[in-house]
Amino acid sequence: MSAQYSRRLLANRFNLAMSLVTMAFGLTFLLWILFTLFQAGFQALSFNLFRQMTPPPGSQGGLANAIWGSVVMATTGTLIGTPIGIFAGIYLAEYGARGWLAPVTRFINDILLSAPSIVIGLFVYEIYVFRVGHFSAWAGSFALALIVIPVVVRTTENMLRLVPDSLREAAIALGTPQWKVIVMVTLRSVRAGVITGILLAVARISGETAPLLFTALNNQFWTSNLDAPMANLPVVIFQFAMSPYKDWQELAWAGALLITLAVLLLNILARTMFRQATTK
Amino acid sequence: MHAPMMQTAADALPTIMGSAPVHPMAGAAKMPDPDQQTFNLQDAIFRWVARFFAFFVLAILLGIIASLVYGSVPAIAKFGLGFLVSSEWNPVTEQFGALVPIVGTLVTSAIALLIGVPVSFGIALFLTEMSPRWLKRPLGTAIELLAAIPSIIYGMWGLFVLAPLFADHVQPWLIATLGALPLAGALFKGPPQGIGVLTAGFVLSIMVIPFIAAVMRDVFEVVPPVLKESAYGLGCTTWEVVRNIVLPYTKAGVIGGIMLGLGRALGETMAVTFLIGNAHRLTVSILAPGNSIASALANEFTEAVGDLYTSALIELGLILFVITFIVLALAKLLLLQLAKREGRKT
Amino acid sequence: MNLDTVVARPNAQARPVDPTPPKISIRDLDFFYGKFHALKKINLDVAERRVTAFIGPSGCGKSTLLRTMNRMYSLYPGQRATGQIMFNGRNLLDSGIDLNMLRAKVGMVFQKPTPFPMSIYDNIAFGVRLYESLSARQMDERVEWALTKAAMWGESKDKLKQSGMALSGGQQQRLCIARAIAVKPEVLLLDEPTSALDPISTAKIEELIFDLKNDYTIAIVTHNMQQAARVSEYTAYMYLGELIEFGATDEIFLRPRRKETEDYITGRFG
Repeated sequence: MSAQYSRRLLANRFNLAMSLVTMAFGLTFLLWILFTLFQAGFQALSFNLFRQMTPPPGSQGGLANAIWGSVVMATTGTLIGTPIGIFAGIYLAEYGARGWLAPVTRFINDILLSAPSIVIGLFVYEIYVFRVGHFSAWAGSFALALIVIPVVVRTTENMLRLVPDSLREAAIALGTPQWKVIVMVTLRSVRAGVITGILLAVARISGETAPLLFTALNNQFWTSNLDAPMANLPVVIFQFAMSPYKDWQELAWAGALLITLAVLLLNILARTMFRQATTK
Repeated sequence: MHAPMMQTAADALPTIMGSAPVHPMAGAAKMPDPDQQTFNLQDAIFRWVARFFAFFVLAILLGIIASLVYGSVPAIAKFGLGFLVSSEWNPVTEQFGALVPIVGTLVTSAIALLIGVPVSFGIALFLTEMSPRWLKRPLGTAIELLAAIPSIIYGMWGLFVLAPLFADHVQPWLIATLGALPLAGALFKGPPQGIGVLTAGFVLSIMVIPFIAAVMRDVFEVVPPVLKESAYGLGCTTWEVVRNIVLPYTKAGVIGGIMLGLGRALGETMAVTFLIGNAHRLTVSILAPGNSIASALANEFTEAVGDLYTSALIELGLILFVITFIVLALAKLLLLQLAKREGRKT
Repeated sequence: MNLDTVVARPNAQARPVDPTPPKISIRDLDFFYGKFHALKKINLDVAERRVTAFIGPSGCGKSTLLRTMNRMYSLYPGQRATGQIMFNGRNLLDSGIDLNMLRAKVGMVFQKPTPFPMSIYDNIAFGVRLYESLSARQMDERVEWALTKAAMWGESKDKLKQSGMALSGGQQQRLCIARAIAVKPEVLLLDEPTSALDPISTAKIEELIFDLKNDYTIAIVTHNMQQAARVSEYTAYMYLGELIEFGATDEIFLRPRRKETEDYITGRFG
């Protein structure tokens, strides 16, 4: 075996070994982070989390108002963003073959998908919070909706594109008007996929902090008034974790665990739904 | 009733399917039909609604740019272009400069890519060439999980777990070894505080790995097997095939993926805010605390008093948005180019 | 010269009479894609410096058989072969065989032209650089030699630095052939090399094969019977994973022993 050949084999072995190392790197950090989170979070878990409000430093409490606020704003944001996203996705998939609007929108949408969410928060602050003069859960929900929209647009369009034209043609051949073809045939056939997209969007906004920082702000108390600042898990976690108070930090870990569990559950749910739908 | 129906269908066909087949009845005389007109109206309304919402997406983007520019006007008026190069940041005297946050953003992102790109490449290589088939999906999902973890979790983990580790072990080691080097050593000077630009950049690298690795894996997988077999057929080793065939072939996609990761790193807020130290000081050492645009906004925006302070922060946001937009647009263009080439080949 | 072609028995041992010993001897070869039994007890010899053609309808296993000869299937888990393929005194199917070295000696050209994403020059030099250290001038000479042998020198000498992907289909395929020859293999496996090309390119490549067989042992898979008749000395007819008949090309085409062979050749099916 020549020296050159042994060098080649060595290089091959080395690089393949390095790729194994990088894989281990990724997995190690994943497991480390999850382990830390579960360990610290479980310690602080208790039913009080859901029964008591966020406390001032030094006293006991829970996260009830923050959990409620997050649920309210995530739901509202999804309710606002989803129809917009679906309609835009329908436009891109069903009407977008001609003209400039579809390619441009698709391009812009993909950029918005990865755009810094803090800028979204800034935007909503400028056009809404500043105008009405106060922070509010509405503003928070709008900001979250703006994050939901690109996700839903993308998944809706991709799902609709998967529908074979023969299905559309069959419906049209019966004399169905185009809008009914879209809503009752095409969209319906990929219903599961679209719902998957919505679930993924919800998972995404569940963990978002930055957009809420200057829109919904925070609230020490429980409120159902959407027109006022509302507590929410991410901002509470931010405040508590960065503080020097031990109780607050513990609560922060508990909140972090709750968010992560919600996100993971939503992701798993979305994936299983998707798999079921596409293997039919 | 078939001919009138075909009239709407013939309208619909070009948009759905490209070219309309010529129906034998298409040229026949069409009688106006009241039912037909209702259908047309409903279709038209639906189409316009969909169109409106597509415009809405566009409007979001334009709105963001417009509002950020509008909000920055006071700061732009006062500081002009000097804003970009000034490292002053004094709310009391109302002197603001973007240099520290911009540098912090760029440096943390650079660290994130320096670590993240090789690791992502290794992971993509593993997933496509080395992993046994049954392991591919679980491993791929595991990596994607890294992307699903909310950034605030990364921030907390970084602050409570990684930063102390860096302060006690990693950074002293770096100061002792790399800090002693003649030129580059200046990057590694100063007290090992744990939090700082390096730690923030490191955690950022873990966060961008799933994005870059996923794109790389996807583009590696579409390399035609026959091309790889041609190289194997000459007696190449696996590494040689990847380096000489797969990488050049997927060049555009790889760069696109890297830029996507960069775009994410630039805009990342919470993890960086927890770890960068919020110091408006420009230092050479990456062990020192600093600031990024996103972390400055997160830390200071709600406390900002005075129009100029707020406006300066908004101008920071504008700068961030412009940089991110350009990077993401380039990434998208590159990935589109790759997709087009694939389309041409198939 | 008496042509002792194979008797019309299934799974028969092929014994073409030829003064030179076979370059590759296949004995009792079975091949599996997972559970699917794709090749059944193949026995045949590939004669040195001759062209052996493999014909048969789609799915008969001819490409599979070709790909065992350079262990290309080893890239894919779930594909395995049992039996013997003797080459240079060793059984290729042994686990201890160095696959890279094997493939340096047994080259392959594929159905689809596959120029590497590099210049024409580098396409040729790439394989050579793996195994030899040549000076710049020696490499230039080798590249020119390979391209000349592949009847491509005239068309490419002025654009050696251009990308290999900028050539026409027929040129790309000849580039791939030049690339395979440049490393000076002992055997060339051609897997339907002209099926993706136009008639003129096909004719050029057939001329090339004629010329190459003086120096290389060639095994060619083709679905084009006329091509097999034109270029090969020996032909193997395969059907559903079995070697139905093997012998001198003239005999196979003019006096096939088995009815299956005759049906295929006369176009009654496939």
